[in-house]
This record gives sequence, structure tokens and C-alpha cells, in this order.
Amino acid sequence: MKNVRFIKALISSAVAVTLTVSLAACGGAQQKGGSGAIKIGGSGPLTGPAAVYGNAVKAAAELAVEEVNAKGGLQFELDFEDDTHDAEKAVTAYGVLKDWGMQVSLATVTSAPGAAVSPMYKDDHIFAITPSGSSLAIIYQDPDNAANPYGNVFQMCFTDPNQGIASADYLKAHSDLGSKIAVIYKNDDNYSSGIFAKFSNQAAANGLDVVYTGTFDDSNASDFTVQLKQAQDAGADLIFLPIYYDPASLILTQANQMGYAPTFFGVDGMDGILTLEGFDTSLAEGVYLLTPFSADATDDLTKNFTANYKAKMNGEVPNQFAADAYDCVYAIAQACEAAGVTADMSASDICDKMTSQFSSMTFNGLTGQNVTWSANGEVSKSPKAVVIQNGVYVGVEN
Amino acid sequence: MDFLSYLINGLGLGSVYAIIALGYTMVYGIAKMLNFAHGDVIMVGAYVAFFSISNLGLPLIPAVLLSIVVCTVLGVVIERLAYKPLRAASALSVLITAIGVSYFLQNAAQLLWSSSTKVFPSVISNGGISWNGLTVSWLTLITIGVCVLVMICLTLFINHTKTGRAMRACSEDKGASTLMGINVNLMISITFAIGSGLAAIASVLLCAAYPSVFPTLGAMPGIKAFTAAVFGGIGSIPGAFLGGLLLGVIEIFAKAYISTQLSDAIVFAVLILVLLIKPTGLLGKRIREKV
Amino acid sequence: MKTKMKMPALLSGKYRGRTVSYSIVLVSWLILEVMMHTGNLSSLFTSLLVPVCCYVVAAIGLNLNVGISGELNLGQACFMSVGAFTAVCLSGSLGPAVPSLARLILSIVAGALVATVFGILIGIPVLKLEGDYLAIVTLAFGQIVKSLITNMYFGIDSNGFHFSFVDNNVSLAAGGKMLLNGPMGATGTDRISTFTAGIILIILSLIVVYHLIYSRSGRAIMAARDNRIAAESVGIAIFKTKMLAFGVSSCLAGAAGALYGLNYSTLVPAKFDFNTSILLLVYVVLGGLGNMTGTIIATIVLVLLPELLRSMQDYRMLIYAIVLILIMLLTNNETIRVWGQKLKNRFMTKGGAAHGRES
Repeated sequence: MKNVRFIKALISSAVAVTLTVSLAACGGAQQKGGSGAIKIGGSGPLTGPAAVYGNAVKAAAELAVEEVNAKGGLQFELDFEDDTHDAEKAVTAYGVLKDWGMQVSLATVTSAPGAAVSPMYKDDHIFAITPSGSSLAIIYQDPDNAANPYGNVFQMCFTDPNQGIASADYLKAHSDLGSKIAVIYKNDDNYSSGIFAKFSNQAAANGLDVVYTGTFDDSNASDFTVQLKQAQDAGADLIFLPIYYDPASLILTQANQMGYAPTFFGVDGMDGILTLEGFDTSLAEGVYLLTPFSADATDDLTKNFTANYKAKMNGEVPNQFAADAYDCVYAIAQACEAAGVTADMSASDICDKMTSQFSSMTFNGLTGQNVTWSANGEVSKSPKAVVIQNGVYVGVEN
Repeated sequence: MDFLSYLINGLGLGSVYAIIALGYTMVYGIAKMLNFAHGDVIMVGAYVAFFSISNLGLPLIPAVLLSIVVCTVLGVVIERLAYKPLRAASALSVLITAIGVSYFLQNAAQLLWSSSTKVFPSVISNGGISWNGLTVSWLTLITIGVCVLVMICLTLFINHTKTGRAMRACSEDKGASTLMGINVNLMISITFAIGSGLAAIASVLLCAAYPSVFPTLGAMPGIKAFTAAVFGGIGSIPGAFLGGLLLGVIEIFAKAYISTQLSDAIVFAVLILVLLIKPTGLLGKRIREKV
Repeated sequence: MKTKMKMPALLSGKYRGRTVSYSIVLVSWLILEVMMHTGNLSSLFTSLLVPVCCYVVAAIGLNLNVGISGELNLGQACFMSVGAFTAVCLSGSLGPAVPSLARLILSIVAGALVATVFGILIGIPVLKLEGDYLAIVTLAFGQIVKSLITNMYFGIDSNGFHFSFVDNNVSLAAGGKMLLNGPMGATGTDRISTFTAGIILIILSLIVVYHLIYSRSGRAIMAARDNRIAAESVGIAIFKTKMLAFGVSSCLAGAAGALYGLNYSTLVPAKFDFNTSILLLVYVVLGGLGNMTGTIIATIVLVLLPELLRSMQDYRMLIYAIVLILIMLLTNNETIRVWGQKLKNRFMTKGGAAHGRES
């Protein structure tokens, strides 16, 4: 009797194992598609707290792929998977994409997951360009010394150190903006603390007077009254905000409630603040930011993109994540055409062609003109300083 | 002056925690369950208030009322569908179900209203009372005022109405209450209704102070309020009030005087210290187990 | 007795549960290894092997804590975190000079040890409390540990180790390496974890946990859970027995974390937050309190579920939530339980007859 119960348990576990295994095998068997289109994969947070960034990238990449396909000629097929802004899920998403037969990749949207999958792109020799993963760890195996690049992983956005240094240099050159500087950054965030680390070094080198440094994290991302009050008490007349626009909107609101009006200075994460649904844009008046993209720009490329994106996303205005993703797809298209990449090539062959093409070509897109890449994968485009006046970005000379 | 200003900010933040903590503590008191989906009811309340003000153009008070109605209904529906069938199950099964409900609400909100942040309209005018260089904003005053009002009403309701007494009876002993002719299920539903209604009020206060509305909005205030409820002694209504206020003040003081990086660690360290000295929270009842 | 155990003894009585757990693990390992080496395992599943092992080990530890010892622990992830970052830092400072297998073993042992020390230190205040107060204190410790690791900076260069807390004052000579870089965590970790190591870890943790459960101490732990006062009255040192379970649980979580940390080239402190602790608790509750086989199966199913739901696109996590609620409702539904029992009885009688014929 007892043995039977054991046998039953054994049978049921055997069934469970077989089921798992058959599922596993099933996934492996679906590898080849052969639709004549080049398969572009990518992952980003589509659910969870960071979902807003992943969904922007996904929508813009889909838009770009539709446009490229509509032209005839080069055809793309896009699979964008959810990684919930987690390294582990990014690696499984990579597995899904590889099983699907991905030939070119948009890597990941966010930094930490990106750093986890970069070595896999190197191992499997698949070309990847991340729209918005800005950490050095995405393109370098030794990010502390910016050495030993993966070589086939490229970036479309600025790197974090690049932005921190550019900001410190800009503030040195424009000391009329403010002489006593306060910084508020998000200390559990890769992007924000990455920019801050380089900014604070460069600020010291430039002799900037940083009077206050405050932080917040995921569990304290709503109340900024203490940080703002201490910045005010320290006499800060400029607050540097290397953070994304959603917490920045809270900081602007709370500073306004306190009657504290320093100059705010942001980086590319600040882009999007004017288009937050319901945000009183008058609060952002006079905010400076270094950004490669503005949805209000009047060139045809930006106007078309913004209109199409809005139509696709129920009226949501694209942010820099979307713009970078859109540029990524077009840059891939340009490189594919130039290198004569076709859908029947292996991912590895495509990788070689793309890598040499990207490090030699010049690209014009939403986020910059004459964009080039170094052989390490780092992008070279100049951050543009803009100031918000009457609810729109106005360029200021660098 | 700095000290007073931080104190008042802390009380403002703490008042929001206190109102949310009341929802936790009432549900715990009567149903003996940790309702981890409570924070997400706040999120729903915030979206309802946002849409009724921004899209329907309702004034503040009707918007708050609408939000209260929606949250109350939501709270009761969740209780009926997800928790009531588990009345006899282990506390952990109910806890996991509550977590499932929390995931459900967050993901449903993302699908319905997209993941991008919406900014809550400014509903309370800037400025406030100035006195000797100390400025207290209207918002903080209103938040503290609402919290005190809620606290008074709730205490009166629990202590001096028939329903309130029935609810207390249920939390003491369900079996005996049933024998006395009290409809225990109804009482639990009423508790969920009140807790969720309070969540709606808290959501509007929270969003008036920190005007970001997004699908995971409720998670962090939820955990903080849960902490506050335990701090004060879970199951105790004055305890939740006290716990919420203290938590807010400690959080602001930790940020202001020690370190913004470590404020969270400090808040939780204080909580641990308090529980070591008073193992059932500040105002919790010490239940002696009988042999 | 134990050394001369015969087959029937393995299959009956108190050994049955163990035999089933071990055989599931070993058979899965064998099949998956064969599939991996013949190239039949999809990349998705290959990428899931090590994390599943880690979650299984951490969940087995948590089940000892929650199921056997009866303490609701909402901070298991913090022990994983301690183990993971210890292992990553150790492996990083040993560097490639030490062969990867030796480094993996050393790192896992170190991760488990440090996590045990943390477990005991945290256990001292935690185990003085009861019920939901205990739960919130474990949650609080989870948040504190996460917050502390987020503020640690630890680097190595030709001049030795450099450490700073809260403000990053670590400046390394050229060629130096940040082992732990505050919120950015560890980057550039050598990925030395293997599936086999994960399986060995599961087997080891099962051996430890079963050995504990069926020992005198294990019976004391369960007695303390079922009736604290009665247990006290027969002279069981409640605090000590509970500490034993808590310590072993955090040790296993530390080992699991170590294996996890060495499986990815990057690891951020935010990974091991409240949500991860809750996820582990879900595996334990779904698998059944005190049921290690159940924990293993529940963990595998719940890690796989969101991956299998990928075709649902945007509705993936919504469906996951609904499935979670339905499982809890159905497993606790009286009608379904009765029905299941009937089915079981019928199956058992049939099976019994078959067995009768066999022998």
C-alpha cells in the first residue's frame, strides 16, 4: 500500500519532468522561421515600475520597423520581450529571442539588465545596439577602467560618465546660471548614480562649488521637502538633477510649493517633463537640460515621428527613449543596406558586417546629426543644452 | 525653526501613512489577515480621482467622493471574491492571495491606463500660514486635519455605534459573535468597505502632496503604512494613528539630520528597537497565551 | 540501520518523501544534462536552469523556517543578498588565477557562512518576537540590509582593498576593479555557476533539511511550533531550537544567493528586495508548508509560468496574477478537496490491487 503511494508520487513527478522537458524541447524546435525578414530582437521592462521606458522603446521600434518595411526593399521583423528591468529576466528574454532566431538586437532598454546580457551577445556573436542603456558596463567588460570592450555591443545614447562630465563642464563655462550648486540624485539607480559619480569628480576638477548633495531611492521617491530645504539653507542657486523626469516633476512641484526657485539643470533623463500628462509646464519654466532630442523640434523628421508615435500610443508624446529606439532601427537599416545584409545570413556573419559598418558610418537621426561610433561601441554626438521657455525647448549656444 | 518645520512636514507625511495604516489595522483586527493589496487600492483611488478631475472636470470634493465610492466597492468585491472563500484557510494562503490581488491590480492598471506617469492636478493652492519665519503649507494643514478628523470619526463609530460594537465583538471572538446574532461576514465586508474608503481619502492626500500617478504607486506607501500599523500595534486603531505619525516624523528627521542615503535603514532600525522593547507595538494588546 | 537501508525501507514510511524529492532532482538533472549536451534544450530553458536551482535552495531554506519552525519570514531575500555579494566579492578578488571550480566552491561556502552569521545576528532580536511582529521585523531587516549594501563601495587594486560607506571615496589605481559599487552593485563578474553545481546544492540542502527534520532537534523545532508552552514545559529550549532552523535557513539562502550572484555578469542590490522575499514565500506556500518536494515543484512551475505566458504579450503578468489567486482559491476549496480525496481513494484502491498482483 505504502509502496503504491510512492509509485504514484514517482509517476506524477515523472509526468511533471516529462512535461517540462517536452516544453523545453518544444521551445528549441521552433528555431527556424525563414520569412525573408531580418529578425531584430530586444528586451526592456514592459511591466513593473520601469515599464514606461520599455513601452516607449517598444512602440518606437515597432513604428520604425513598420516604416522601413513599408518602403519595400529591406524587411525587418521585431520581437520585443519583457525583462521587468531585472538582469535575470533579461537573460531569459535573451534566451527567448535566441530561440526565435534573432539576427540583430536592440539589447536592453535599461542598464543593469544590459550589463548582464552583453557577455552573451559577445559569446554568441550577435550584433547589438542599445537605445538607452547608458552604463559603461554595457559596452566594456572592464567598466571601471573603460577597457576591454565587447566590440559588438553599441550604444545609441550617451554614456553616463559622458553626461556627468559634459554637465560639469557646461556649468563651469556658464557660471552665470548659478555659482552654488546642489545635487539631488537617485542613489539606488545605475543611471543616476553613474552620472553623479563622474559629475562630482569633474566638478571638483573644475572648481565648482557643490554646497549640498542629497539622494533618494525607490522607497523614498516622493517626499523631497528635506532635500530641497537643505539645498535652500545651503544657499544653492542651482540644482543639478541627474534623474528621470517623473521624480523631477515632483521636485519642481515641491520646490514651487516651498517658494524656492533655483535654476534647475537636468540631463537627458529630464526630457519628457513637458509632456507628462497633467503636468503644469509653467513649473518647468527656466529648466536647463542637456538632451539629444526634443519632441517639439520643427524639423520634418521629428514632426513626422512625433505625429506617428502619438497616433500609435493614444496621444502619448515620445520621450528620448522612444527617439533613441527609433534611431537604432534606422541605424541598423542603414548599416544593413550599406553592408548588403540579407535575411538568410547567419547572425554571426551579420555581426561582423554590422560591427565594421557601425564603426565607420555616419548617421543622421532624431537624436543627432553626423552621429558616429567608436570601435568600442561608444556613440559620439554632442549633447545640446536647451532651456525651457514658454513651454518649449529653446536651444542655447554651448 | 528648522526643527519645527521638519516636524510639521513629518506630521503631514505621517498623516497619510496613518490613514492608510488604519485600513491595514482594521482589516487585521477583524479578519486577522495582512491585506497586501491595500496599497493597490490606493493606486486605484488615485487614478479615479485623477480622471474625475482631469478628464471629467469634477471639482475636488465630488472627485474625492467618487473615488471613495469606487474604492469601497472595489474593496468589498475583492473581499467577496478573493478572501471570503478562504475564511477557513491558513493565514498564509490568504496572504498569498492578497499578493496575487496586488499583482492583478497593478497589471490591470497598467493595461487600462498605461505605464506612463500622470501628474495629479494641483488641487490645493500653494502658500500657507507664516508665523515667525515658519511656513506651514495649506496642504500639510489639511492633511493633518483630515487625518485627525478621520481618527475621531472612526473612534466614535467603533466605540459608540451598534455596528462598531459588533465589529469589535467580531475581532474579539468570531464564534461568540455569531452566537450573539452578529452577521460576521457582513461585519468583515463593512470593515473592508471602511478601510478601502479610507484608502481613497489617503490616495487623494498622497497625490496632492506628491502628484505622480502610476500603476505601482501604492506599493511603497503600502509597505510603509503596514510598518506603521505594526509600529503602533497591529489591530489597534489609535496605534495605527500614532504609528503613522511617528513613522512620518522619523523618516523626515532621519533624512534631515542623519543621511538621505540611509533614511530607510534608520526608519526600520527604529521599528526593530521599538518592537524589542514593546514586542506588540506601542499600543498593541499583549495577549497571554493560556495553557 | 541507515547504512544497511534496503529498497523497501527507502520507499516506505518516513523515507518516502525524501526518496521522491531526491529522485525528482536527480532524474531532472540527468534528462536536462543529456538534452543540453545533445543540443536539444532551448536557450530559454538553459538560461533558467541555474536561477531555478537557486530559488529552489532558498525556498527549501525558507520552508524550514516557515513550514517546520512556523515563523513567517518576509526577509529571506536579504540572506540571498548577503551570500551573493560575499561570493561575488570573493570570486572577484581571487581573480582568474584560481581555477573556476575552486573559486565557485570557495565562494559558495563563504556566501553561506557569512549569511549564517547574519542569520544568527538577526535571529537574536527576531526570534524574541512572535507572529506578525516577527514577520515585520524580518521585513525590516530585509530593507536595512538592502539599504546598507546599496551604500557600500568596495574595490581592489595594486595597493590592496579599499572600502567606503555612504559616500564613495574609493579611487582606484589604474587597472583596479570595483567589486561592489554601491547601487550599481557588482559588474564584470565571471559567470562560473553551473547547473550541476545547482543540483548538488539542492541535494545538499535536502540532505541537511531532512536530516534536521527527522532528528531530535527537528522534533523539538516542530514541537515548539505546534505548542510553545507545552514544548517549554518538557524542557525544550525554544529560542535555541528556533535559532537552529533560522540559521540553517539563512545558510541555505546564502549558498543560493552565492550561486545566483556568480551566474550573472552583473548583480544589483535592488534585486533582493521585498518582492523577491515574497516570491520565495509564494513558492513555499504553494508547495505546501513543510513539504520539500512540493516546494521544488512549486518553484519550478512558478518560475516557468511567466516564461510560458510570454505569448500572451501584455496580458502575461495579469494572467500570472489570476492563476496565482485561482490556485490559492482552488487548493483551499472544500468541494474540490473532497473531490480530490475521492479521486485519490479510487486511485489508491486500484493501485493497491495492482500492487497485490505484482507481489
